[in-house]
Amino acid sequence: MRAGRVRRVTATLQTRPWDTEERRELRALVRRFTEREVVPSLPEWEDAGALPRELHRRAGELGLLALGFPEAAGGEGGHLDSATVTEELILAGGSSGLVAGLFTHGIAAPHIALHGSPELVDRFVRPTLRGELIGSLGITEPGTGSDVAAITTRAVRDGDDYVVTGAKTFITSGTRADFVTTAVRTGGPGHRGVSLLVIETDRPGVHRTALRKMGWHCSDTATISLDEVRVPASNLVGPEGSGFRQIMERFGSERLSLAVQASATAQRCVELTIAWARQRETFGAPLATRQVVRHRIAQMARRATVARTYVRDVFLRWEAGGEVVTELAMAKNQAVEACDWVVDQAVQLHGGAGYLHGVEVERHYRDARILGIGGGTNEIMDEVIASRLGLDG
Amino acid sequence: MNIVVLIKQVPDTWSERKLSDGDKTLDRASSDAVLDEINERAVEEALKIKEAGDAEVTILTAGPDRATDAIRKALSMGADKAVHVNDEAIHGSDAIATAKVLAKAIGTVGDVDLVLAGNEATDGRSGAMAGMLGELLGWPSLTHANELTVENGTAKAKRETDEGTSDLEASLPAVVSVGEKINEPRYPSFKGIMAAKKKPVTTLGIADLGLDASEVGLAGSLVQVDSFAPRPPKSGGQKVEDEGDGGAKIAEYLVGQKLI
Ligand SMILES: Cc1cc2nc3c(=O)[nH]c(=O)nc-3n(C[C@H](O)[C@H](O)[C@H](O)COP(=O)(O)OP(=O)(O)OC[C@H]3O[C@@H](n4cnc5c(N)ncnc54)[C@H](O)[C@@H]3O)c2cc1C
Ligand SMILES: Cc1cc2nc3c(=O)[nH]c(=O)nc-3n(C[C@H](O)[C@H](O)[C@H](O)COP(=O)(O)OP(=O)(O)OC[C@H]3O[C@@H](n4cnc5c(N)ncnc54)[C@H](O)[C@@H]3O)c2cc1C
Repeated sequence: MRAGRVRRVTATLQTRPWDTEERRELRALVRRFTEREVVPSLPEWEDAGALPRELHRRAGELGLLALGFPEAAGGEGGHLDSATVTEELILAGGSSGLVAGLFTHGIAAPHIALHGSPELVDRFVRPTLRGELIGSLGITEPGTGSDVAAITTRAVRDGDDYVVTGAKTFITSGTRADFVTTAVRTGGPGHRGVSLLVIETDRPGVHRTALRKMGWHCSDTATISLDEVRVPASNLVGPEGSGFRQIMERFGSERLSLAVQASATAQRCVELTIAWARQRETFGAPLATRQVVRHRIAQMARRATVARTYVRDVFLRWEAGGEVVTELAMAKNQAVEACDWVVDQAVQLHGGAGYLHGVEVERHYRDARILGIGGGTNEIMDEVIASRLGLDG
Repeated sequence: MNIVVLIKQVPDTWSERKLSDGDKTLDRASSDAVLDEINERAVEEALKIKEAGDAEVTILTAGPDRATDAIRKALSMGADKAVHVNDEAIHGSDAIATAKVLAKAIGTVGDVDLVLAGNEATDGRSGAMAGMLGELLGWPSLTHANELTVENGTAKAKRETDEGTSDLEASLPAVVSVGEKINEPRYPSFKGIMAAKKKPVTTLGIADLGLDASEVGLAGSLVQVDSFAPRPPKSGGQKVEDEGDGGAKIAEYLVGQKLI
């Protein structure tokens, strides 16, 4: 029953404040949850294309979904705790796809928790943190992704309601979601016209189709079309026109979460590859004895470790309230770059086995590809960095 | 009701386990230490009794500094408080010396109704603690319980053996050791982990228990490990050449071994 366990390379894992007694126990809890309740079923969920609702309830019961949310909205613990969970889910044999599917509320619910009315918090945030509801974030549209201010889904006020028409695509957990925190245009063009509206998916006019993807197979993704959907105006999150600002406010935590997923995936692949290289023999000796292989693994470990160290450093400065917009972008790209290289090498050193379904590095290879696309692409991150380097004028 | 659960921190069965060359005791520093899973089951059983009625659950362990991790784990599952016997002098204790320490420590908890232990620790594996404690405390000892009910001052346990099931019954106070099948232990929740920090842990030395260093540890033990040798590596096993009849040959072999 210890499927997926490999020896840990703990070089930089044991640094405070990531390694307080409570966080070590939180890690142990997540490791156990992952090994027992996730790893054995992950292939099945990947085939099914979605996670079971029961998994959300279990995670809610254990308190994993509430981390990083304000206590006033039913949350507990801090962002560091939630990053610890993300890291450990992957290090214990889960995947970034699992994180995406199980923790979608991490991108869907914070706006409501921070800016929503108490009624919205009670209806959507609390039950979601208990794992009873599933939420999605709907920003991207068929016509626009990186350029958030260009969204065209319209919400027109009609009495006490908004009538919403448009389409959202690439929406994580969208086929299962009970509600979608949706970016809609309530005003004129540009970012000032954008608002956030919670749309329940059982409202007439909501249609969803599942999308098939290269990776993140256990995380369902949907196109959601909104055909004159009537939504009470009380579902508005914060004032009209505050949507863009709210979305920007959250990009920091989303970027960091993806950076943590990338560095943890890299770390996991280093550990899987070490275990493999020690055990796999070719030409009468274990791979681990070949200098080419040893050095390759040394480079994998170095890149993974440097990425993780930097991500953690930026994380702490961000949590302390520092102005780290540039560093967030750098951390995400650095971690994604390390991860992309490491998963590729991991597959390579696994040989034919690395290309097979059911061998863990193959899943990480597939899942890693999205990390440099979602939550702000590599290019958008570079643009963020460039614009702050004093290149203009 | 007052329940004491005996827990032991053991080397993770998954990590490499070693004995130290010097005094032939367990080299605890060389491997990850975890709360023995059988003890999680003992804690779970205590918590079930607590949830069904009214009980205070005290965790008791004799172990080094880092056993606090195991204590906190048990507290985070939901136990109320803990006693940690931590004394250099205990190092190297055999089963009888350990039982002496634990019996005295149980005495510090007050009027105890029930002591729950694992049937066998994954490291020492003497499987003796519950029996020895029963003897030292003068209480009945129900061992290898795969089912336990406690009501109206009696403990009833079921013990499964290869031959059948024994139904055991004893009046409280009693010592009960639990088996693998008794329950599925809960995980601590995040709330439980945070709450555990605030629960009281009393640390005692052997002097606090009225014991003398000569009565425990290597000095006070009747048994000492003299020498040890690692298990010889697994031999190659038996190879079956598959000439289209591999399945039948394997089945034949298993039948021969009385496995199927
Ligand atoms: C699996 C998955 C899950 C997702 N989940 C969600 C979700 O839950 N909710 C949600 O709202 N969205 C989600 N997305 C959408 C995701 O955020 C977008 O795909 C991403 O922001 C990029 O937008 P786009 O696909 O429209 O690409 P585009 O914006 O069209 O970009 C195409 C390419 O051009 C580059 N590019 C764009 N602009 C510039 C520029 N100015 N200069 C240089 N290069 C540029 C990009 O970097 C990229 O390489 C998800 C996507 C995927 C694949
Ligand atoms: C390789 C090895 C061989 C050994 N051989 C012998 C031997 O032949 N004879 C001998 O007398 N000793 C022996 N010992 C020492 C013995 O293991 C220790 O004395 C140990 O503290 C008690 O025995 P146990 O772990 O086997 O307990 P077990 O009786 O197997 O444990 C049953 C339960 O008792 C409780 N318990 C056990 N220890 C503690 C503790 N320290 N604190 C709290 N609760 C506890 C737990 O609930 C545990 O699940 C050996 C130790 C080792 C490492």
